[in-house]
Amino acid sequence: MEIPGILIYAMSMAIFMGIYAILALGLNIQWGFTGLFNAGIAGFFAVGAYTSALVTSALSANHLGGLDLPVPVGWAAAMLVAGLVAWPIGKICLRFRSDYLAIATIGVAEIIRLVIKSEGWLTGGARGVTKIPRPLASDNYALSELSYLALVVIVLFCIYLLVEKQLKAPWGRMMRGIRDNELAANAMGKNIERRRLEAFIFGAAIMGLGGAMLAHYYRSITPEAIDPMIATFLVWIMLILGGSGNNRGAILGVVVVWTIWSMSEFVTDQLPEEYAIKAKYMRVFIIGLMLQLVLRFRPEGILPEADQKSAQRRK
Amino acid sequence: MTLLELMNFYVIPGLVLGSIYAVGAVGITLVFGILRFAHLAHGDLATFGAFAALAVVTASGISPWAALPIAMALCALIAIGIDKVFYDYLTDRPKIITVMASLGIALMLRAVIQVIWGVDTETYSRGLVRPENYWGLRLRDREIFTMLAMFAIVGVLWVFLQKTKWGKAMRAMSDNPDLALLSGVDNRRTTMLTWAIVGALCAASGFFLGLNTELKALMGWTMLLPMFAAAILGGVGRVEGAVLGGLVVGVAEELSVLVLPSEYKAAMAFVILLLILLVRPTGLLKGKLL
Repeated sequence: MEIPGILIYAMSMAIFMGIYAILALGLNIQWGFTGLFNAGIAGFFAVGAYTSALVTSALSANHLGGLDLPVPVGWAAAMLVAGLVAWPIGKICLRFRSDYLAIATIGVAEIIRLVIKSEGWLTGGARGVTKIPRPLASDNYALSELSYLALVVIVLFCIYLLVEKQLKAPWGRMMRGIRDNELAANAMGKNIERRRLEAFIFGAAIMGLGGAMLAHYYRSITPEAIDPMIATFLVWIMLILGGSGNNRGAILGVVVVWTIWSMSEFVTDQLPEEYAIKAKYMRVFIIGLMLQLVLRFRPEGILPEADQKSAQRRK
Repeated sequence: MTLLELMNFYVIPGLVLGSIYAVGAVGITLVFGILRFAHLAHGDLATFGAFAALAVVTASGISPWAALPIAMALCALIAIGIDKVFYDYLTDRPKIITVMASLGIALMLRAVIQVIWGVDTETYSRGLVRPENYWGLRLRDREIFTMLAMFAIVGVLWVFLQKTKWGKAMRAMSDNPDLALLSGVDNRRTTMLTWAIVGALCAASGFFLGLNTELKALMGWTMLLPMFAAAILGGVGRVEGAVLGGLVVGVAEELSVLVLPSEYKAAMAFVILLLILLVRPTGLLKGKLL
């Protein structure tokens, strides 16, 4: 049976959206519900991608690991290690205003990039890690895409339920309380630093999982697989545009931004070569501008956080 | 290794690099102290300034040093423009929103630089410059000028902040914006002035980096972390602290090569940043803690 190319393209786009949606949910825990500015999403993403890759791939002379463990173990390890990386940073920076966290997370992402590039014994250096197993893969290309898409959707749905449940729980109310009025929350005896640390690690672990899912989709991971600044920024604009503090909004934002982003790539690829490269940078300019416009004209996003009105009246 | 070798290979390059960081860190500390947010577009504005100077040099053929004031003026205008068009509307919102906007500005500035000047590395002047020998210390002219210019720029700024009416207004706003407003300080104009100074400082730091190394589209972004580390190390809001912090971070980065692989030079700034936040978050010279 011949599967039309457009359908395959749509499936791969949907897989990317699913992975970005996982990242956006992770960021929503950190920013949307807790007010923590993580500017190093790509760092946690990369940690997850490499951890899972090293744990699940077969033994290789190029890099460490090669434990050949089942994929779910790799994903769990990705979440664990991403959370472990987040812990000391959160421990040091969450006592201060989020500006400091923003700077420190930029630093973390930079250091992780340096480590991945220069520690060849660990990560395979520029060659990266290859032959990462993809779960549910089969000889039929379209079928493997479809089954991986199903898997991404299931994981995304589980994370969505988990995050929603956690946010409706007393924990989530407490987080919003801390975000909206730190002083009052403190006066009520809430341990603000600890709660923030929990949210930061929780979010980072989910970002690690997102990275792992991309690594298994690509079947290989190299330092150049993603541009850290652009990946980080895309997740930010997705969350802000969709509606920070609202998980459905976050997912909607992913769909909107990723569609614009890939469609614009489609357009720039049609241009003659001398303009194509410049047009590529203009795409980046446009998403930067998009953030400014959203921040100015619709800061609450397309789907605002529930109960936003009364929250604002309280301020 | 002799003391002279240590000086020639590590301390002097460290001080030159530190001077470059210092000029940038002074700008960061002014924004952090007076406008109260971490300006993440600082590095990319510096890149823009460096390339603007290059454009002046290639267009008119004048010496890079003559192009510096033009680039500084241009960057000052751009900084004011960015504030007016983008940041100004966010002043009533939590400051972290402005931080986010500045991350977007960083990306936009970088895209503009890549569109106009491409991604190739450029230099102000071709050819190798041999260092001169001063009693065993080897220094290039441009290194001496960089350090002197840093002290000159910061010195002028220092006198301006201490002695002039507008300088005092800036310090008053840094201490307490509401009180400053009540005492008749025009916050809007002071903010504009701050951006003009910050833009000019950005251009200078980018120019010095380009003069001593090469011009690259990403050079400012990689400089962002050391500049922030320097500003926080010196104490947020303290101009002399930013200079001290810049020099310490620069020398520490160069000295780190003695114990760490050179790929991790850039990690030093991060280590310094975390250490100072852990031990003494107000910085060496007791600045503000936001």
